[in-house]
Amino acid sequence: MRVMPFFKRIFFCVSILSGLLVITACSGPTSSNTVSISAAFEFTSLDPAKNGFVFSRMQVLETLLDVDEKGLLIPALAKDWHISEDAKTWTFDLRDGVYFHDGVLMNTDAVVNSLLIAQSKHGALRNAPIESIQAAGDHSVVISLSRPYTLLGAVLANYANGILSPAAYDKDKEVLALSGTGPYKVFQFAPPHKLVVEKFDEYWGKKASIPYASYLTGHRAESRVLQARSGQVDIVFGLDPASLPSLQRVDALNLYSNPIPRTIVLKLNSGHRFLDDVRARKALSLAIDRQGIAKGVLRIPGSQTEQLLPASMSNWYLDNVTSETEVEAGTPESLLASLGWKKNSQGMLERNGELFELTLITYADRPELTTVATAIQAQWEAIGITTKVEVTNSSAIPMGHQDGSLDVALIARNYGFIADPLGVMLSDFGSNGGGDWGAMNWNNSALSADLLALEQTSDPVKYKEISQRSAQIIYDERPMIPVSSYIQQTSVNTRIKGFRFDPFERSFYLNEMEFVKP
Amino acid sequence: MKAMLLKRAFQLITVVWGVGTLTFILMRSLPGDMAYRIAASRYGQDNVDSHAAALVREELKLDQGALTAYWHWLTDLLQFKLGDSLVSGLPVTDALEHMLGHSLLLAVAGLMLSVLIAVPLGLLSAWRGNPLDSVLMGLSSVIRAMPVFVLGVLFILLFALHWNWFPVAGFGTSAHLVLPAITLALSLAAVSNRVVRDSAKRTFQAAFYQFSRVKGLSAWQTFRQHGMRNIAVPVVAFFGIQLVSMIEGIVMIESLFSWPGIGHGLAHAIFARDIPVIQGAALVMGVLFVLLNTLVDIICLWIDPRGAKTL
Repeated sequence: MRVMPFFKRIFFCVSILSGLLVITACSGPTSSNTVSISAAFEFTSLDPAKNGFVFSRMQVLETLLDVDEKGLLIPALAKDWHISEDAKTWTFDLRDGVYFHDGVLMNTDAVVNSLLIAQSKHGALRNAPIESIQAAGDHSVVISLSRPYTLLGAVLANYANGILSPAAYDKDKEVLALSGTGPYKVFQFAPPHKLVVEKFDEYWGKKASIPYASYLTGHRAESRVLQARSGQVDIVFGLDPASLPSLQRVDALNLYSNPIPRTIVLKLNSGHRFLDDVRARKALSLAIDRQGIAKGVLRIPGSQTEQLLPASMSNWYLDNVTSETEVEAGTPESLLASLGWKKNSQGMLERNGELFELTLITYADRPELTTVATAIQAQWEAIGITTKVEVTNSSAIPMGHQDGSLDVALIARNYGFIADPLGVMLSDFGSNGGGDWGAMNWNNSALSADLLALEQTSDPVKYKEISQRSAQIIYDERPMIPVSSYIQQTSVNTRIKGFRFDPFERSFYLNEMEFVKP
Repeated sequence: MKAMLLKRAFQLITVVWGVGTLTFILMRSLPGDMAYRIAASRYGQDNVDSHAAALVREELKLDQGALTAYWHWLTDLLQFKLGDSLVSGLPVTDALEHMLGHSLLLAVAGLMLSVLIAVPLGLLSAWRGNPLDSVLMGLSSVIRAMPVFVLGVLFILLFALHWNWFPVAGFGTSAHLVLPAITLALSLAAVSNRVVRDSAKRTFQAAFYQFSRVKGLSAWQTFRQHGMRNIAVPVVAFFGIQLVSMIEGIVMIESLFSWPGIGHGLAHAIFARDIPVIQGAALVMGVLFVLLNTLVDIICLWIDPRGAKTL
């Protein structure tokens, strides 16, 4: 009498528990229903102005306009846009039937609200010459400018200007919940390491087929390589080139090498008494063995470059410049000798009793910068220049620029941060002798005028003519010395199909991916 | 006991104030502009510039004097408020809960495993003597001399790549805990097995221990009645110290296994000059230190009540 009910109870409990387990297993992310991604960068906040890059890549966040692989603007949340004849009024027609992840329908008020909040925070929109952002009727948003500004479309496509539901913000404009419009919505937010997103069934565009996607910050390149090899992670970004040969032997992996518009560049203080003559800057550039650095340090043969922007940004790429062009200027020794520098008994350069000494600062966020910095230190030492390398935080570059303490800095500049490189070129060379991450104490009125003209130029032929002229000035004057361009190395497990790399690193295109059926 | 607990409670208050104040002074005296550091961590290296720094300076009122900032912190602390992170804007308590929870989980799992490895090996080493003792000594030295991330990578190669038993890195499931805990446990056991061995050897050679055998007790009876307690006191104290140092000192393991622990979080907070997070983390660790020490003292007192007078 007592035994049977007891066993029944146990059986009942076990059945309920297993039922729950099955339901949990089916409803939560597992390795069979999740595409897992590993990359180096951490995230700490839900705010698009701060860490929007990760939410844009994981397709939670979308912007009014998108960018294709060539950097051309394409429709996104705005299905169409028109620019007035005086180029001072931009009208965006919003897409119908777009739902936020909290179930609210997107309307003009929500878009205006998001853009006004983005404008009040740090980002490119804040610096745009915007007079007003207003709703026009039920389907359009109008942005009025104080002067023509061709960059506006690219600026709006930046992740910081993602469109969120009005309920996503608190009264202080802080983001409480990331209710975007993308094909995936936030499932788990565990800063600084883990973000899990779940597919959003009400998405307006191509709906995702993979139910979940997870992003895990893998700080160490070694760990990421091992994650790729073990099959624990489906897509690994930022692989160490040295690991590629061993990964190539793994059958379950497809490897991708894609150039991105990021360049390792030396930022020079052209107001420094040793560097104020272009011959000195040319000598420093000539003394760098770019090929050796590309092959031996970065292990990406062919990544050496003499130009700031990659060939894919053809408006800004000079076809006539090759590695030989630079040699025509002379040798580093001859150029420095023409400036009065002579080698002393220790073989170091000296002028008026003063040694040629520079401090080169770089930052540890990107480990390759430190090794490249020490390679450059050795190469400059060979021509008699003493270089002290200091590894610091990335903020030391704008700080050193502002307080004038910077001599030389080795940086990895992202020219695709705003999809139109003019955005970065303007902030780096636009006015007042350069910019925080660009030229320093270097004024060229012709270049400043050209860049400002480009802001208002919509004719592609004229645009190319002016941008080529600007690129030539920068190349000739060397306020910055390019060293190497970046190639993003990615591994994708063969169980995933439909992978596509975005050179502007805006999206992982998760909604285009599928699991290969066994 | 009561006096000891009162003494520890007083210690706790002084530690909280002392650690917070010291962290504040140290962070304020570090070179570099805080606004730039915070801006770099907030907006990332591609988006940090002087505009961002100016915005941060204005928003966080970084221009206010150090004394005013200190006063704000102290009054908040008296109300048990740790503030918000300067970088993420999220409450410090949330970040600490996430990081410290993971650190404690890893530290406790690592310590338990290390106890399971170190105690039997240490006892065996003391009991059997050479050649086992020398072999274990050599092995311990090799493991101790090896950087902990090398050990971690070796385990990953073996257990995650070769046999595919456990994930390489990450967190969230118990399988993720195994490799970092084993790595930690082995590096801890490399030292603690020697402490167990020394303590056991000292006890085994003591006159009272020899006497108990002479009076006719079996080896096991002697060990149980006269050995265990005597060996345990220094060993428990050592494990206590290991646990405390581990919570803050396992940065390498955390970054190798992408484990969101407090060591890693604290290092990043220092780079970012995120003072509320640094102060909060230092404070919680100070409190933990006192609590763990108290716990160790209580356990030692329970094992060896003779020490009561000295506490």
